[in-house]
Amino acid sequence: MGLGLSLLYFIVILGLGWIAGYLPFMKTIFGTILPYVALLLFLVGIIARIVRWGRSPVPFRITTTCGQEKSLPWIRQNKLDNPSSALGAFGRMLLEVLFFRSLFRNTKAEFKDNEKLVYSVDKWLWFFSLAFHWSFLIIFLRHFRFFTEPIPSFVTFLQNIDGFFQVGLPIIYITDVLILAGLTYLFLRRIFDSKVKIISLPSDYFPLLLILGIAVTGVLMRYFFKTDLVAVKEFTVSILSFQPIGSDLLAKLSPLFIIHFTFVCTLLIYFPFSKLVHLGGIFLSPTRNLANNNRMKRHVNPWNYDVPVHTYEEYEEEFRDKMIAAGIPVEKEE
Amino acid sequence: MSTKIKPEELLQTINLKPKYKNWMEVPVEFRKGTFSYAGSEEALIYLDQPNPRKWQPTDPDWKLPENWQEIILEGFRERLEKFRSLKIFMDICVRCGACADKCHFFLGSGDPKNMPVLRAELLRSIYRREFTTAGKLMGKMVGARDLTFDVLREWFYYFYQCTQCRRCSVFCPYGIDTAEITFLARELMNLIGVNIDWIMTPVKNCYRTGNHLGVQPHGMKDSLEMAAADIEEITGIHIDVPINKKGAEILFVTPSADYFATPHYYTLMGYIMLFHEIGLDYTFSTYASEGGNFGSFVSHELMKRLNNKIYAEAKRLKVKWILGGECGHMWRVIHQYMDTMNGPADFLEVPRSPITGTVFENAKSTKMVHICEFTADLIYHNKIKLDPRRNDHWHATFHDSCNPSRGMGLLEEPRYIIKNVMRKFTEMPDNTIREQTFCCGSGAGIGTDENFEMRMRGGFPRANAAKYVRDKYGVNICLCICAIDKANLPPLFEFWVPGLEVGGVHEMVGNALVMTGEKPREVDLRLQPLNIEEE
Repeated sequence: MGLGLSLLYFIVILGLGWIAGYLPFMKTIFGTILPYVALLLFLVGIIARIVRWGRSPVPFRITTTCGQEKSLPWIRQNKLDNPSSALGAFGRMLLEVLFFRSLFRNTKAEFKDNEKLVYSVDKWLWFFSLAFHWSFLIIFLRHFRFFTEPIPSFVTFLQNIDGFFQVGLPIIYITDVLILAGLTYLFLRRIFDSKVKIISLPSDYFPLLLILGIAVTGVLMRYFFKTDLVAVKEFTVSILSFQPIGSDLLAKLSPLFIIHFTFVCTLLIYFPFSKLVHLGGIFLSPTRNLANNNRMKRHVNPWNYDVPVHTYEEYEEEFRDKMIAAGIPVEKEE
Repeated sequence: MSTKIKPEELLQTINLKPKYKNWMEVPVEFRKGTFSYAGSEEALIYLDQPNPRKWQPTDPDWKLPENWQEIILEGFRERLEKFRSLKIFMDICVRCGACADKCHFFLGSGDPKNMPVLRAELLRSIYRREFTTAGKLMGKMVGARDLTFDVLREWFYYFYQCTQCRRCSVFCPYGIDTAEITFLARELMNLIGVNIDWIMTPVKNCYRTGNHLGVQPHGMKDSLEMAAADIEEITGIHIDVPINKKGAEILFVTPSADYFATPHYYTLMGYIMLFHEIGLDYTFSTYASEGGNFGSFVSHELMKRLNNKIYAEAKRLKVKWILGGECGHMWRVIHQYMDTMNGPADFLEVPRSPITGTVFENAKSTKMVHICEFTADLIYHNKIKLDPRRNDHWHATFHDSCNPSRGMGLLEEPRYIIKNVMRKFTEMPDNTIREQTFCCGSGAGIGTDENFEMRMRGGFPRANAAKYVRDKYGVNICLCICAIDKANLPPLFEFWVPGLEVGGVHEMVGNALVMTGEKPREVDLRLQPLNIEEE
């Protein structure tokens, strides 16, 4: 459902960016107003979302346990998949956030001989998701060389690692290859895996297309159509330091860069209102971020309220005669 | 049985690569054998629940309140404010589909709406429409739709086709828990009187008599005495089973099926024999005669109303702590909800085994210990004498019940016991046990006769794994620690793996337990002859 629709939205944004690259009037708007609108919406949107989540309490400790509990001292507890301490839960979250621990468990179920279900290891989704997310993060960090002067040392370090193989000129970044591979995989499985196709919404294709747009335009600028990097850096630094941007500077920015930039701004605006908030939400997921120490430490529900109950007195009142006849002890002999 | 479908025919209907269709446009069909009957008027009235009336899901008119949409949406809003889990789970799913082929109902039906992600989307689509800006403005573009009668029918069908087993939650990269979603969706439906009878009537019974089966105090006593008589016949030892005994050290709570149903009953005999042999000062209660909690299948409030009895009775009888029998969802409620809902249990003491002196630190707040933790501790300290050869006629496998494995992590204790009380034990394949265990297909209140076909479908992955060890290793009994498993696995295996028996862990303990002053055992607790194999 909705590949066409999201493709249409994507093309409209691409078109707008493209036109903006050639029309000075639009270029001024896209270069001077859009980034602030995008940053503002992004920050306000994300904060509002987190506050909204935080407002609701966690009434019960509903950890999903994926290993042996802490019970008798001689039984070995699985401290990461079934943590009983805050530290353990932190470790579990760390594995989840940094290495997608749960996705790593992924299996594939299939019928064999039309009668047997068999399960096989299936790490592709894990691998490409991880490749995509880590590449995106590293690419984002690498971009600090366009925002900061002097360039922080970690950026140079990342660049060196990323270009480790020293292939091509300019040197090909591993993350550039991985992000394109990751996005392509994630996109194609939505089209070719019928199960995933059924569940896919326009809002699933759209962010993939958008990020693919960002990555492709970035790659094109780096390896094929050189853009004036000095101007780009002057431009981003001006934005971030709230300096006015002159029309002569804007003129130096290539249309390809404006498209890239438009995509990035769109992503920022889209982010807080979409499923992309999983970036923040994962930290708040109560099945993962709580220790399984339920019977050790009482969890308090702030809205716990009294409910009607059927008391023992009411129970005995109804069954007293039968209880006495059966010789079961009662509170009130009559 | 309401359906005559054969295993081979059923298999033919499963396609795990369903054809693409816009799911929002596929209407739900209430096919015979795949849904449960509506909650009875009488039960709803007794429990003071909304909209009691006579109706069935196949009726064109469900006799809903005029403003039913308003009631549901208001309830939805209220729950979003009360449960962070709901907000988070509504917002962050990326529809990666990792959960899709993890659900036993999807694997047994191939119905796309049984993919956990899509089950949640049934609710999420309404959430987006009503509670998000994007959904209000853009509707279908962002997967939003209006709450119509057709949507409600879909909710009823599919939220009662989930057993809240949480297997999908293990694989979800964000830990999204479909059990939580199903739970809250059922709670919303209950606000307008849309629920099923195999939940509402047991809840009513439990509220009134203390147990789901509606067994009255004298009936329970009869049953316990019958078990004692059977034990005497097998072992020659006479046991008086304590009931409602004030001042006992321990209150023992177990699912009520243990008193009446087979093969649960053999497990009950096992408990009674064990407690007698170690000289435990304990008592059964007729008032708190149910560990299971069908309230937990329909609303947090009903769960609390039923669960209340356990602490209340412990207080009345002035026991020191509570021991719980073999049950699945009962243990999720006790482990994850009881203390929060009905605690603090400050009138009890931190559980300490009177036999071994072990202090159960892991239960120091809730003050309730699982029977497998208790027995494993006894065996580890050599406090009971066991003759595992008496179980030589069995070759067992162990089915991890959903809730003790994924809501607690009770994995090694039952295995430790099994390996000490019998000599032949083989695990099912790795992807089907421990935290990856498959549900029996009938949990969370849907184990009804009228829902037979769907239960056989949902239980297929479990049966498939059991069949594997039966055929390859000659396994002839599947042990489990859940009353719903013990009720459902027998018909499930009869359908898919004929000849495979079902039993409880403490039934095997009862067989192996060497009791002081017993006569030589010739039969097991099922009165089947022993077949001791010489080394």
